[in-house]
Amino acid sequence: MQVAPSDTSALNAYPPELRQLLFQYVLQLADTSLILGHRLSEWCGHGPVLEQDLAMANIGLDLLGETRSLYQYAAELEGQGRTEDDLAFLRIATQYRNPLLVEQPNGDFADTITRQFLFDNFHYHCLVQLRASADERLAAIAEKAVKEAAYHLKWSSEWIIRLGDGTEESRQRLDKALASLWRYSGELTTPTATEKALQATGLIPDYAALLPKMEAHLAHVFEEATLPVPQGVFMMTGGKEGRHTEHLGYILAELQYMQRTYPGLTW
Amino acid sequence: METVEINLEEQFQARIDADISIEPKDWMPDAYRKTLVRQISQHAHSELVGMLPEGNWITRAPSLKRKSILLSKVQDEAGHGLYLYSAAETLGTSRDQMLADLHSGKAKYSSIFNYPTLSWADMGTVGWLVDGAAILNQVPLCRTSYGPYARAMVRVCKEESFHQRQGFEIMQTLCEGAPVQKEMAQEALNRWWWPTLMMFGPADADSPNTAQSMNWRIKRFTNDELRQKFVDMMVPQAEFLGLTVPDPELQWNETKKGYDFGGVNWEEFWNVVKGNGMCNKDRLGARVKAHEEGAWVREAASAHAKKRARKMATQAA
Repeated sequence: MQVAPSDTSALNAYPPELRQLLFQYVLQLADTSLILGHRLSEWCGHGPVLEQDLAMANIGLDLLGETRSLYQYAAELEGQGRTEDDLAFLRIATQYRNPLLVEQPNGDFADTITRQFLFDNFHYHCLVQLRASADERLAAIAEKAVKEAAYHLKWSSEWIIRLGDGTEESRQRLDKALASLWRYSGELTTPTATEKALQATGLIPDYAALLPKMEAHLAHVFEEATLPVPQGVFMMTGGKEGRHTEHLGYILAELQYMQRTYPGLTW
Repeated sequence: METVEINLEEQFQARIDADISIEPKDWMPDAYRKTLVRQISQHAHSELVGMLPEGNWITRAPSLKRKSILLSKVQDEAGHGLYLYSAAETLGTSRDQMLADLHSGKAKYSSIFNYPTLSWADMGTVGWLVDGAAILNQVPLCRTSYGPYARAMVRVCKEESFHQRQGFEIMQTLCEGAPVQKEMAQEALNRWWWPTLMMFGPADADSPNTAQSMNWRIKRFTNDELRQKFVDMMVPQAEFLGLTVPDPELQWNETKKGYDFGGVNWEEFWNVVKGNGMCNKDRLGARVKAHEEGAWVREAASAHAKKRARKMATQAA
C-alpha cells in the first residue's frame, strides 16, 4: 500500500515545526478520504442499480487506499510509533480534521452525488497541483490518487448532469441537495492556519489558484445540468480544525467500535 | 413435425454428450432453457443479496486493511451479479424481469444469506466456509454445458478463490490471536457450519431435478456428493485452525476415505427457503427498498439519455 519508500532521512531534514505542520495537513487529508470512503461504503448493497453500487464501492475503495497511504505517511511524520490504525481508530471527533462536507449523511442519491461532486471537484484539482509538491511522499501519493480522482470527478459530474437534466423529480431532489450541501463547499478552499503556513512554503497547493479551475469545471457541469450556480450562501467551516457537525460522532462510534472494544489486538 | 422435434432433441443431447457447449442461438429444449434461467438468475440474485450480510460489517471492520479487503470483495460480488445477469439474459429473459421475480419472492437466492452476521469473525467464516462451499459448487460449473454460464463461472471462480483465502486468513489471524478472538472464531463456526452444509441443497433423494440436470450436464455432481467433498475438505482446515466442528457425529470413515457426519436439520432448511429464516424479510426488504428508492434515479438516467439522443439528432440534422 505504501506509495513511496519511507525515507526517514528526508523527514529529518524538515525543521520540527514544519514537520508538525505537515503531519497535521497529511492527517487532515487522510481523515477526509477516510470519512468520505466510509460514507460511500454505507451504500453497499443499497444503490439504485447494481452498476452504481459497484461504482460507489469502487470510489470508496480508492479513497480508502488513499487514506492508508496518507495515514502511514502521517505516522512517520509524527514519529511517535503510531500506526495507520491508531490514527484512524483511536482518535476522538474533535481530533479529526476532515472538512464538514464529507461527514454529511448519504441522504438520497442526489445528496450523495452532490456531496461527491463538490468534493471531487476540489480533490481532483488539488491533487493535480499536489503532484508537484517538493515533498516527495505527498507528490507520489497525489500522483497515484489523481488518476482515481479524475475517474471520481467524471462519474459525479455525469450524475449531476443526469439528475439536473433528467426528470422533474430528479431536478427537485438535486435542488434540495444543493440547498443543504452547498454551504459546506467553501471550507474545502478556505485554508486553516496550518494550510496557510504550508502554502507559504510551497509544499501544498495555493487554494486561491485552484479556484478558477474548480469554478470553470463547476460552471460547465452546472450548465449541462441546467442548474444555476448558488450565490451568496454563508459558508460553514470548522471541520478542518476539529469542530464538526453532530454526524461525525456517530460515524466514529461505528468505525471505531472493534478497536475500542478489543484494544491492542491484531486483526 | 413430431420427428423434427425428436431430431432436434437427439442432436441437442448428442452435443451435450460430446461436451460441445451450447450457445445462445442454438436450439435447446424449453425445459433446459427454463432450468438455466432459474439457476443462473438465482445465482445472480445470491451475489446481489450476498452483498448485504458482508456489507453489514464494512463500516465496522477492525482495521483499514480488513476494511479495504472487505469492500473490494463486496465490489467483486456486485460484478459477479452483473456477469450472471448478462449470462441469463442470453437465454431471452431480462434483468428487469429477473429482479421483479426476486422482489416478488418468486425467484430464490441462496438460503445462506438469510443468516445474520453478528461478529467480525463472521466475515472470516463467511469467506472461508460459505465461499468455500460456493467454490465447490461453482468449479464444476466452469464446465457446465451452457457456454455463457460456463464462461461467467471461470471469471467468478478466480475471484471467489481469492475471497476464500482471505476469509481463511481472517480465521487464522483470530485463531492465532488473543483468547477472546479465538472464542469469536469458534462461536462463528458454530453458527455457520450447518447452514453452510445446507448450501448444497436438499439430499439427493429429495432433489427431483438432479437427474435431468446431470443428463444435460448443467450439474456435474449431486448435492450429496458435493456436501461430502466439502466436509472432507473443511474438517482438516478446522483442525489446522484449532477449531471444533459443531457435530458430535463427525468421524473419519476409513472404508469410504471420508468423514461421516450428522444429519442436517432439513426442517430449518425448508423454513429458511420458504422465507422464515432470521433475515429473509430484512434481506428482501433491503433489496426492494433499494430498488424502489432508486426508481427515480433510473428514470432520470433514461430521461436524460433520451434528451441527449434528441439533441445529438438535431445537431446532426
